[in-house]
Amino acid sequence: MHYFVGNLGHLLVIGAFVLSLVSTFAYFQYTVSDEIEKPKWRNYARAVFYLHSIAIFGVVFALFYIINSQYFEYYYAYQHSSKLLPIYYQISCFWEGQEGSFLLWLFWNVLLGIIIINTNKFWEGPTMTVFSLVQSFLTSMILGIMLFDVKLGSSPFILLRDAISAPIFQINPDFIPEDGTGLNPLLQNYWMVIHPPTLFLGFATTMIPFAYAVSGLWIGKLREWVRPALPWALFSTLVLGVGILMGAYWAYETLNFGGYWNWDPVENAIYVPWLILVGSVHMMIVFRKSNTALKAALILTITTFISVLYATFLTRSGILGDSSVHSFTDLGLSGQLLIYLIAFVGLSVFLLIRAWKRIPSGEEEVSTYSREFWIFIGTTTLCLMGFQVIIPTSIPVYNAIVELFGGISNVAPPADQIGFYTKFQMWFAIALALLSGTGQFFYWKKMSPAELKDAMLMPVVVALILSSAVILISKMTAPAYMLLLTASVYSIVANLKILSTVIRSNYKLSGGSIAHIGVAMMLIGILFSSGYSKIVSMNNTGLIWHKDFPEEINRNNLLLFMHEPRDMGEYTLTYMGMRQKVKEVPGYVKAEDLEPLTIPGKAIARQDLTNDGHVYASEGDTVSYINQENSYFEVKYVRANGKEFTLYPRVQINETMNMIVYSPDIDRNIGQDLYTHVRTFPDPEEEVTWGDMEEKTVQVGEQFFVNDYVAQFEAVERIQNVPQVTLGEQDVAIKAKIKLMGSFGEYLAEPIYLIKDKLVGRIPDEVNDLAAKITLLNVNPEENNFTLGIHTRQKDWIILEAVEKPLINVLWIGTFLLVIGLSIAIHRRYGEFVKVRDKGLE
Amino acid sequence: MKKTHILGIIVIGIAIMIIVSTAGDASTYVSFDEAKALADKGNDNLIHVVGTLKKDAAGNVLGIEKSSDMLSFAFVMIDDKQNEQRVIYNEPMPADFMRSEQVVVIGAYKSDYFVADKILMKCPSKYQEEEVQVGSVLY
Repeated sequence: MHYFVGNLGHLLVIGAFVLSLVSTFAYFQYTVSDEIEKPKWRNYARAVFYLHSIAIFGVVFALFYIINSQYFEYYYAYQHSSKLLPIYYQISCFWEGQEGSFLLWLFWNVLLGIIIINTNKFWEGPTMTVFSLVQSFLTSMILGIMLFDVKLGSSPFILLRDAISAPIFQINPDFIPEDGTGLNPLLQNYWMVIHPPTLFLGFATTMIPFAYAVSGLWIGKLREWVRPALPWALFSTLVLGVGILMGAYWAYETLNFGGYWNWDPVENAIYVPWLILVGSVHMMIVFRKSNTALKAALILTITTFISVLYATFLTRSGILGDSSVHSFTDLGLSGQLLIYLIAFVGLSVFLLIRAWKRIPSGEEEVSTYSREFWIFIGTTTLCLMGFQVIIPTSIPVYNAIVELFGGISNVAPPADQIGFYTKFQMWFAIALALLSGTGQFFYWKKMSPAELKDAMLMPVVVALILSSAVILISKMTAPAYMLLLTASVYSIVANLKILSTVIRSNYKLSGGSIAHIGVAMMLIGILFSSGYSKIVSMNNTGLIWHKDFPEEINRNNLLLFMHEPRDMGEYTLTYMGMRQKVKEVPGYVKAEDLEPLTIPGKAIARQDLTNDGHVYASEGDTVSYINQENSYFEVKYVRANGKEFTLYPRVQINETMNMIVYSPDIDRNIGQDLYTHVRTFPDPEEEVTWGDMEEKTVQVGEQFFVNDYVAQFEAVERIQNVPQVTLGEQDVAIKAKIKLMGSFGEYLAEPIYLIKDKLVGRIPDEVNDLAAKITLLNVNPEENNFTLGIHTRQKDWIILEAVEKPLINVLWIGTFLLVIGLSIAIHRRYGEFVKVRDKGLE
Repeated sequence: MKKTHILGIIVIGIAIMIIVSTAGDASTYVSFDEAKALADKGNDNLIHVVGTLKKDAAGNVLGIEKSSDMLSFAFVMIDDKQNEQRVIYNEPMPADFMRSEQVVVIGAYKSDYFVADKILMKCPSKYQEEEVQVGSVLY
């Protein structure tokens, strides 16, 4: 038992919690005290915050040390890790649990806090008060102490025997399991190593604009907070956006629902804060430019952070249990999470109301031809988009509230989530595309109606021509799709026009138009890849298995038997068998060529393992699996135009967790992706049922049929060694060589007939690919022939779904442009802040 | 009237539309008899039913029927009020279906059968583990 590291970790958590409270108090004093007292409080507060930071780093180190050292006496290591995990997945284990992900959040906050301390002069006091307060709440989530019979937080350093009341611990309290239960197979993916830290950095950074806004309200700097907050809000938009899209990409590559976005409550909960964040960025930009919209900027900046807290509450309290496909641990923290949420709502509302009268607002009527007007409409659209998503996502919350007051509420989320959300979101997206094109014209110049007409003429005409061509080519018929396409193309053309003029004067100003082009491209990518995703594995056999079955239901899946080509649209598919990956051989090897050993992760090669004609491992060599849980189904595609390719959709069978996980494989092309995933295959644990034995008497050289394949009895030879049998001097063993001609190559079956201690033994040989088993039943020297027993079974099969996703690459390219545009904008806005700060003004 | 007021009215209008549409499209958790009653009244909205699979005393799942091409299957589900109902699902059987502790079917009645559009499963996940692996024996 390794008590020390856990006790140290727990102690450091408690220390970090106390230090964050002290730091809140000290920074508060620093902010409110007079000039003489200030330096003293500042030094003290900084020291405390740095100590808090060291404590958090220590906690992170302790938890990772436990995982890395495989101390399975700790519940966290036992629950989330296992012996065979490589180091990068050990990192994923770290944040698989709720406690670890809170810790990740704390870690980012500490780093950001240190950056804030070192880049600000004036703002350090109030912003760090907010930071430290947030740290107190977050640290309390992993405290794991009992306070007046109330459990405060859930510690990651809890021992297994305290977490699980298994009887073994009554017999032997010092029992340590051999191995942990391992990382969820869905999360064993490289995206899961980088997606969570990016997302949590996004969460953490939403606090910075919030901290500046609250500071501004608190100390009465109602206008000045925007300058330092804006670059951070842009940075947050970038990181959070990338984090969300990484999650979408992970879902596309790993999950098998056939897409990248499912409108699951968990996705919605983080999509909404991002929309509001983008809105707040726009309001801040308007304020910087023309001193209006300050109230809106304040409200949206605060709402962004509050909505992150609400998302945290939704996803971590277990309230979404019935409505989301994601699994959540309910750690019993819902009360604590609710207090966290309410505390910050209360604090912000109080500060807002207190300062409301003094917040300057533009009194004059906003002109329809002003940029403020159009950007304001765009921001309103963003907020309505978020509103439309959060209302249905919160349905479980309404049920909980009704039940709290003794009522019964059985409202469920809309049954067809994708259809329901798309219905609204698409129209909002059309509005956004139109506004992001037109708004840009206003942004750079005040416009009169006539000037506007001139500026818009070219983009409108080009957009109409281009999109009509696309509509004709792609045979688009849905009016909403046509509108979205035209609006997006218009936005791209208009922003390109702006970009071409802006970039000549100062490249630093080009961020906005590049980012908007990116967003418009993303919309086009989403429109085609989702709206025109086509199931190509449509089953057109016309068989209806049940007379009561409604006829209008299509069948989207295809049943493939091993080595039997099937037509699917313009493709011909053949299932070639199961494959696995070993470290010694590049590419894939046949699963049946590997005999797994009892040592986990190792196997013996049954045949020479080759790739491209090169032998990488010889028969009898020991090889190591890259991941023994993974098997791949080799599916050969031949396109009507002769193009051939092979896809390897995956199945991961995790026995400790009792999970079977399928992942797709994707044929990537410039124009479209072909996405293939296996829905089901024969249960490997199910007993194979062989048909009745067919007897055949054959001579050497004779041809016959085995399971409809041509076979030839090649030769018989006496052998000296039989695997796993010791032959004595009187014993005899012979081996028959039978060649089988499969559709895709030849196979050799070698059944053995032996006489040992005057008893007859028969060792049949199975040809897995042909679903046949041959036994050498008898040797008949008188007739000079041999009797064979032939068993056949159902051929191996898979059921798969294949989907075409056109133009999905436009979505990913758009994402890159958005990132580039935002980066340019961050660079510019941070420069503005630094200039003013170095003049000693802030 | 100022433009901002008109804008405000439009925004409020859209917000109300969103709420009304959410209320209209929201599904409900019901039992099979309630679902049947709804269907008989001509209401063909998709609804959620929560229940479990029918099992014998030894815990074997009863009443599973796969189509010959394995592309769809039917099963017997017992809802929270102990109503038994045959459910048809036009997809291959999900890998962990037989192990599920609780199933939520989203669908509607078509004549006497409940046709599921979507099945959500709650499987005994690692999070509820109360056992520890000791060697090869579960305690």
